[in-house]
Amino acid sequence: MKHLTEEQRLTIDMVRDVVAKEIAPLAQELDETAAFPEHARDLFAELGLLNPLLPEEYGGTGMPVSTLAMVMEEIAKACAATTLLLIAQTDGMLPIIHGGSPELKERFLRPFAGESKLLTALGATEPNAGSDLLGMKTRAVRQGDKYVINGQKCFITNGSVADIIVVYAMTDPAKKAKGMTAFVVEKGTPGLIYGRNENKMGMRGSINSELFFENMEIPAANIIGEEGGGFKNLMDTLTINRIFCAAQAVGIAQGALDIAIKHTKNRVQFGKPLAYLAPIQFMIADMATAVEASRLLTRKAAQLVDEHDREAVLIGSMAKTMASDTAMSVTTDAVQVLGGSGYMKENHVERMMRDAKLTQIYTGTNQITRMVTGRELLFT
Amino acid sequence: MFAESDEIRIVTETIRQAAREKIAPVATATDATGELDKDVLTLLWDLGLMTMAFPPEHGGPEQHQGTLLCVAVEEIARHCASSALMLIIQAVGSFPLLHGGSPELLARVLPRIVKNRELAAYLVSEPGAGSDVGSLRTTAVKDGDHYVLNGTKCFSTNGPVASYYTVLARTSDNGRNGLTFFLVERDTPGLTVGKIERKLGQRGSKTSEMYLDNVRVPAANVLGEVDKGFLLAMQDFDMSRPAIGAQALGIAEGAFEQMVKHSKERKTFGQALCEHQMIQQIIADSATKIEAARGLIYRAAAQFDKGQRNTKLASMGKLFASDAAMQITTDAIQVFGGYGYMQDYPVERMFRDAKLTQIFEGANQIQRLVIAREILKETV
Repeated sequence: MKHLTEEQRLTIDMVRDVVAKEIAPLAQELDETAAFPEHARDLFAELGLLNPLLPEEYGGTGMPVSTLAMVMEEIAKACAATTLLLIAQTDGMLPIIHGGSPELKERFLRPFAGESKLLTALGATEPNAGSDLLGMKTRAVRQGDKYVINGQKCFITNGSVADIIVVYAMTDPAKKAKGMTAFVVEKGTPGLIYGRNENKMGMRGSINSELFFENMEIPAANIIGEEGGGFKNLMDTLTINRIFCAAQAVGIAQGALDIAIKHTKNRVQFGKPLAYLAPIQFMIADMATAVEASRLLTRKAAQLVDEHDREAVLIGSMAKTMASDTAMSVTTDAVQVLGGSGYMKENHVERMMRDAKLTQIYTGTNQITRMVTGRELLFT
Repeated sequence: MFAESDEIRIVTETIRQAAREKIAPVATATDATGELDKDVLTLLWDLGLMTMAFPPEHGGPEQHQGTLLCVAVEEIARHCASSALMLIIQAVGSFPLLHGGSPELLARVLPRIVKNRELAAYLVSEPGAGSDVGSLRTTAVKDGDHYVLNGTKCFSTNGPVASYYTVLARTSDNGRNGLTFFLVERDTPGLTVGKIERKLGQRGSKTSEMYLDNVRVPAANVLGEVDKGFLLAMQDFDMSRPAIGAQALGIAEGAFEQMVKHSKERKTFGQALCEHQMIQQIIADSATKIEAARGLIYRAAAQFDKGQRNTKLASMGKLFASDAAMQITTDAIQVFGGYGYMQDYPVERMFRDAKLTQIFEGANQIQRLVIAREILKETV
C-alpha cells in the first residue's frame, strides 16, 4: 500500500487494531440485540474518530474524505452497523460545514470538538419522499424571527438519539428545488416528537427512527445558508455520503471475502480443501476482482472530493452503484461458499449479506445513482 | 401452475386458495417465532399434501406424484417457504423408506405414520460431509440381526420434531459404494437431538444436529440394498430437486407479486413507480426468469412422473429457479426501497428464505457439475 500517505497508513493501522480488539468481537451481539453501539461511540470519541470531518478551526482534525473512506472500509469489514454510526455523524455535520454561516458553525460545530460524544443526524427522507426528495411534504413557515415546522421524517439514522438534527423542509413548495431549506434542530425542541425505531433486516446495530414535527418552532438563525438553499446543500452532502456508503460496501464485501477464503482453505470436501476446486477458485477470483475494482473507484471518488473536483459526483455515483452491487453479490456468494454453515447465525456471512442489502438502497437507491451517472455523462 | 390436466388444475386451485386464506396470514409470525403454526401443519395433512410421495393406499395421489408435489410446494411457498419446506422434507425423508423398505416394513410402519401424522427427517449431511456425500463417517456395524449406528448428523430439517428418520451410514469402507440407508425411529435408545440451529431464513422449520450413539436398529430396517444407499439418495434427488426448484419458484412469485403491487401503488416523481422504465426493466426480467424456471421445473417433474431419467432437468430446474429466486427477492426489496428493508413487509423474509434454495439438496455448484456430467454422458 505504498500509495497511501504516512498519515493514512498510521490511521488505518490504528483503526485496524481497534476494530480487531473492540469492534469485531461485538458485531454479532450488536446485530442480535439491535442496540445503539454505545461502546463504539465512546471509543471513537476517545480516539478522535467520532467527528473526523470537523474542521481544524472548530477544534477538529479535518480528516480528508479519502482517509475517512478508508477508515469506514476498515470498520465495515467487521461491523457495518458501527460504520453507519460514523456515516450518520458526517450526515449531520456536512450540511453545516458546507453551508453554515460562521456564527452557525461556531454554535453547532464547536461543541463537537475534542472528545465530544454528541451525535448528529440528517432528516430528509419522508414516507412519500425517498428517491423523490422534492416530493417532501414537511413545511416550514416563517413567523417573525422564527420558522414553524410541521411534517414527518422516516428511516432517520440516529434520529432518536441525535443531539442535533439537520432537517430539510419546504419553505416555498411552488419553487420546488429552490424552495427547500435546511435547519438545525436541537434535541429537546418542543414539537419534536420521536416515533418508533424501525425493525430492520440488517444493519441492526443502528437506530432508524421516525420523527414528527408538530408546530416545532426553530429560530431563523438556525437556517443553514440561505432560505431556498436546502436542496443544493442536500445534494452536496449526498455526493460525499454516497462515497462513504461505497466505502462501507467495500468493507462488507472484503469482510465476507476474507471469511470465504479462510473457509475454502480449511474445509475439506472430495478429498481436498475447497480452495483446490476450480468452481470455487473462480468464485473467489470473481469476488476479489469486483471488490478490488469497487475499492479503486471508491478511493478515486474520495480523492476527487478532497481535490474539490466536480467529477466526484460522477465517479462517486459510479462507486456507490458498483460497490453496493458488489457487496450484495459477494456476500451472497460468501454464504454459498460456506454452504449450510453460512446460512447459520454464528458464521457472520449471513449478517453481512443482510447488511449489504441496505447499501443498494440508502444515500440514493442504485436506480437513482445510475440516473445521476447517466445524467452526468450525457448532459453536463 | 402448469396445468397439464383438469386434475392438476383443480388441485392447484384448492391449494392456492387454502394457502392464501390459511397460510399467508401467519407467515410473518412463523418467521418471527421460529415455530410452524399448528393449524397450518394440520391443514397440510388434511389436504393430503404430507403424503404426496406416498403410495395411493397410504394417502398418495394415483398419478403425477412429482408434479403434484411441485404444485403444492410452489403454491405454499408463494406465501411461506417454511411451510412449503414441510412438504419437501416429508417427501425427501420418506423416499428411502417408500422406495427401499421391504413390504413387511412398509406394512408395519406406513399405516401408523399416516394415522398419527408423523413427521420424517432425512439424516445424510454431516459436519465433514455436505456436498461430498461419499466422505460421510457415520458407521453402521452389523451385530447379529441388528446394526449399530454411531455418528453425528447436521442440518437436519425437522430433526427435533420428527418421529422417523432415514439415516445414511457407512457399512463398508468403499467411498460412496459403501453407504446404506436405515429407518431409525424416534424413541430408539442412543438417538438424541443436538444443537438447534439459528438460521438466516426458513426459520419456521427446526434444523438441528442429531447424534447417534450406539443406536441399535433391526436388520429389517435396512432400506434398499446394503452398500447401495448412495444410489437411493440420487434417485431421491430426482424427485426432490424439482421440488426445491418449486419452492424457489414460489418464493420468487410471492416476491414478484409484492413488487408489482407496490410499483402500482407507490408514487414517485409524479407518477406510479411502475411507470418508470427502470422499474419496468426489473419487472420484465423477473417475470421472464419466473416463466423459464416454471418450464424447467415442471418438465423435470413430468419426466419423473413418466419414469424417465430426469437428472439433468431436475438439476437445471433447481439451479435456475434458486438463482432466480435470489435475484428476484433482492430486486423486490430494491423496488420497495427503504420499506423493503423493514420487517413490516414480507419481501425481506422472502430474500432470507430464498438464499437456502441455492444451498440445500446440493449446492448450485454441485448442480452445475451434475448437469455437465449428464451432458457429457449423453454425448459420448
